[in-house]
Amino acid sequence: MLLYALRRLIYLVPVAFGVSLLVFALVHLAPGDAISAIVPPDAPQEVVDKIRQYYGFDKPLPVQYFRWLVVTLSGDFGTSIGTGRPVAEEVGSAFGNTIILAIGACILAFTLAIILGTAAAYARSRIVDRLVTFVALIGVSVPNFWLAIVLVIVFSVEFGLLPPMGLGPDNATGWHLDGAHIAHMVLPTIALSMIPLGVLTRTVRSTIKEILNMEFVTALQAKGMNDRQILFHVLKNAAPTCLAVMGLQAGNLIGGSILIETVFAWPGTGFLLNSAIFRRDLPILQGTTLVLAFFFMMLNLTVDIIQTMVDPRIKRG
Amino acid sequence: MAIQSPSLEIPAGSVKATPASATRGYWQQVRRRLARDPITLICSTVLLLIIASSLAAPLLGLADPYKTSMIRRLQPVLSPHYFLGTDELGRDMLSRLIYAGRLSLFMGVTPVVCALFIGGLLGITAGFVGGGVNMLIMRIMDVFYAFPSVLLAISLSGAMGAGAENTLLALTLVFIPPICRVSESVTTQVRGFDFVDAAKASGAATLTIVRVHVLGNVLGPILVYATSLISVAIILAAGLSFLGLGVKPPEPEWGLMLNTLRQAIYVNPLLAALPGVMIFLTSICFNLMSDGLRAAMDVKA
Repeated sequence: MLLYALRRLIYLVPVAFGVSLLVFALVHLAPGDAISAIVPPDAPQEVVDKIRQYYGFDKPLPVQYFRWLVVTLSGDFGTSIGTGRPVAEEVGSAFGNTIILAIGACILAFTLAIILGTAAAYARSRIVDRLVTFVALIGVSVPNFWLAIVLVIVFSVEFGLLPPMGLGPDNATGWHLDGAHIAHMVLPTIALSMIPLGVLTRTVRSTIKEILNMEFVTALQAKGMNDRQILFHVLKNAAPTCLAVMGLQAGNLIGGSILIETVFAWPGTGFLLNSAIFRRDLPILQGTTLVLAFFFMMLNLTVDIIQTMVDPRIKRG
Repeated sequence: MAIQSPSLEIPAGSVKATPASATRGYWQQVRRRLARDPITLICSTVLLLIIASSLAAPLLGLADPYKTSMIRRLQPVLSPHYFLGTDELGRDMLSRLIYAGRLSLFMGVTPVVCALFIGGLLGITAGFVGGGVNMLIMRIMDVFYAFPSVLLAISLSGAMGAGAENTLLALTLVFIPPICRVSESVTTQVRGFDFVDAAKASGAATLTIVRVHVLGNVLGPILVYATSLISVAIILAAGLSFLGLGVKPPEPEWGLMLNTLRQAIYVNPLLAALPGVMIFLTSICFNLMSDGLRAAMDVKA
């Protein structure tokens, strides 16, 4: 087990190298000289040269890359051009807010999806199955940023039940566990959970349906097990596939919350990324992308390892 | 993906391999199955209507989608002169929603088509050649897989700057890896079948084997997978425009319209939600059509 985990970790090294190359390249994808994004167009030439030297932009690209890599690996992500604060600090506080929202959305989406998907797979009546399939279809087809706006229209504008934006009351900057903060979370959580709900419901339904047709289920029935005991075996067999999808969806949720965070002005990584793009704050863009990609990789690795713990057969594949 | 990329995961299914000679009957069967599937037919009709009306928009006698009017801003839906009201600059909504279909559909379909060519070529090459080539191609794809897809699209187009071309480029890059992975796994499966060995043993040239036996069997599953990506692509493209990263104003585009009408949710909420309805309708139709196609072509999801 440990050996397997280690092997997967070693395998991640070249991928992580590639990821760092891609993130490094982000700055150089910017139109024109990378420096032009930082300095105002009317800056005198000697200032431009000085900044170029300071950032090392006068060196050849491979040298720049390794310098950047060494500095980044030591935990220094640079300084935000917009606020002058260290990038690590900015990304760190935003990341916490994103995680809070993501945890809420994951709990909501995964619980509902497992219940709905299992119900649909077991349902003898076609209506239940059709209904769940329809809900799943809505989940995968709805543009979630539009759903967010619709939720705001219905619950904030029309009925005034829930706050339309922000982390908490009075432009709160930190999150606490209390009623007002939970109220601010409700709408973004629902909007964010739609896609994982749809995708996972589909997966759970089709996986369990497939397993129910397997011979071991018939064997268990022949042995006289009741439905609840059999369900345990079915769920255990469905777990690896569903876990893989859950991991992927959780990662996508964290990386893809930018649209929802923008609609609700939720101060997370997505919101940070959005403002960084429009301020052309490339260090923040780079830092946020790197942190999120790294988190996504680690999440996938964890899911991989949990998967093999649930089903050791996977290790051979 | 995102929009946490709804269905970017790989279909773990298998290919139903058929020797090349049986393909004609197969396609006839697919057509017959599609003709008997009402949901797929309805969705295709709706999509055709949306596409045709947006293409033929100038012939429909609609109001000018760019003509602003400061005194007729935010007219409600079903007002006397404006069937679907007017937007925040007094432009006719019905006209803009129809015209917007051009850009929105183009921005959604083009990246998938481009990614289908590039990703398909890479994946089939990796699967058929195998060995070191496979390793190289698939490991490069793994790098792209290390990013959540929406994040990749937004970071790429964010770094390159706003604009339709950059969005197209970013989205194409996002969709190449999943298509490549599916193509690779499907091709690897087909390569292992006996009829490929038989063709090799009877002296068929490599290109002939690829063209007749491999392509004939892998194109179906790859195409079905690609169609399932179109709805994701349309939502993602609209999302980028919604953030201000895609199409620039005053071009009509659903995501961008949704963004500019957001300020109107307190004045005219129904109006503000309209562009999203179009995105939703299109994406649901593409999803259902892709499901129907998958069932008709007997590709396991």
